[in-house]
Amino acid sequence: MTDVLELRDVHRTHGDGANAVQALRGVTLTVRPGELVAIMGPSGSGKSTLLNLAGGLDRPTGGEVLVEGASLGTLSHRRLSAVRRRTIGYVFQDFNLLPSLTAAENVALPLELDGKSIRAARRAALAALTEVDLADLAHRFPDEMSGGQQQRVAIARALVGERRLVLADEPTGALDSQTGEAVLRVLRERVDAGAAGLLVTHEARHAGWADRVIFLRDGVIIDSSGPLGSADDLLERTS
Amino acid sequence: MSIRHGLLALLERGPMYGYQLRAAFEESVGGTWSLNIGQVYTTLSRLERDEFVLPLPENDGGQRPYEITGTGRAELARWFATPIERTDRPRDELAIKLALAMTTPGVDVAAVVQSQRTAGVRALQEYTRLKTRQDKQAQDDLSWLLVLDAMIFQCEAEIRWLDHCEATILRRTRTARPAEQAQTPEPHPVRKEARR
Ligand SMILES: Nc1ncnc2c1ncn2[C@@H]1O[C@H](COP(=O)(O)OP(=O)(O)OP(=O)(O)O)[C@@H](O)[C@H]1O
Ligand SMILES: [Mg+2]
Repeated sequence: MTDVLELRDVHRTHGDGANAVQALRGVTLTVRPGELVAIMGPSGSGKSTLLNLAGGLDRPTGGEVLVEGASLGTLSHRRLSAVRRRTIGYVFQDFNLLPSLTAAENVALPLELDGKSIRAARRAALAALTEVDLADLAHRFPDEMSGGQQQRVAIARALVGERRLVLADEPTGALDSQTGEAVLRVLRERVDAGAAGLLVTHEARHAGWADRVIFLRDGVIIDSSGPLGSADDLLERTS
Repeated sequence: MSIRHGLLALLERGPMYGYQLRAAFEESVGGTWSLNIGQVYTTLSRLERDEFVLPLPENDGGQRPYEITGTGRAELARWFATPIERTDRPRDELAIKLALAMTTPGVDVAAVVQSQRTAGVRALQEYTRLKTRQDKQAQDDLSWLLVLDAMIFQCEAEIRWLDHCEATILRRTRTARPAEQAQTPEPHPVRKEARR
């Protein structure tokens, strides 16, 4: 099966000269359909930088980023925007909702921009909001919602339509443990249905939902954890 | 936790014999802690000595059920009402290991921390998988789900503690060697100070 996301020896340096910051220093990583990969690392280790590059929101200063086999650096501006709207769902660390649009309108926006009819887009938006248990608040504006509710709207917006690559930067940051878990469940289900997921989190409990966990430190992958053989083995050993 | 009180709690449901107790125990903690039958019988005889349980006549199958007594019931109530003291728990081997790693020459403390962290995350992945599997099977097996959650939260706490240790060690070594820092340029970019 082809990888949905591939990073080949990716570097990203912010600024230059004495102020240059090497946020990523040679990261190689692939994510397949049906696979959820979590990234953990201390603040400033390059997690958001990596996610921005994967989402085509930023360009690497070295190496290559491929989404469904296409190297993002070689795409025209128009093609890149189309990939960002159709293929990639992005949950930002700070939600990034448009304050003048309701929850439903925020979620429907990427579909409308992509040429879907307003009715079809609204219907899909409502379904996505239902997935995150927010159907009741569909007509509220962001400033009429709690931080956790806004975060769930942002997640619905990333999941709406048939996104095949879902990128989430601390999607559970403002949520209590029950709601955070519900969000991961939704993400997990989407991935199990065939999407590829990349999740940045500093909570180990949430990284537990991933198939693979990658540890980033100072812009380099220092370790990773796949699943153990069988869960029952583990129980044997802990008892 | 004591097996004694576990068995008393089970007998509060009604009289049971050894094998029944073992099965009920494992069912209520979801197989996270298995008892051997020898442990069950030893514990029962101590409970009998302390007059917390009473043996009943053997049944047709030659099994001897036990019944909880009034004193046993009072002991059980006391146990539920008393919080578990931190000092009653076994010493934390990991904390001791890390303390020794820091003071033993030639040990790469960061590597010790990271291998422990990876092991912890791996365990979390497995617990989470068990949990989602459990969700699909039986909605009502709440006690087992809560035991699983307890293991998940404990595992997470250990990982947070490891993160904390690592950050503390890093800060110490940076401030402890200012002269050295001034000479050699810092190998890595300056980190952002705070999250968001
Ligand atoms: N636009 C920028 N200009 C200069 N430096 C930047 C820029 N964006 C990020 N950096 C730096 O790059 C490094 C990695 O930042 P990044 O945002 O990827 O970290 P992070 O792992 O997401 O941290 P956090 O957990 O705090 O969100 C940091 O040192 C940061 O200060
Ligand atoms: Mg970040």
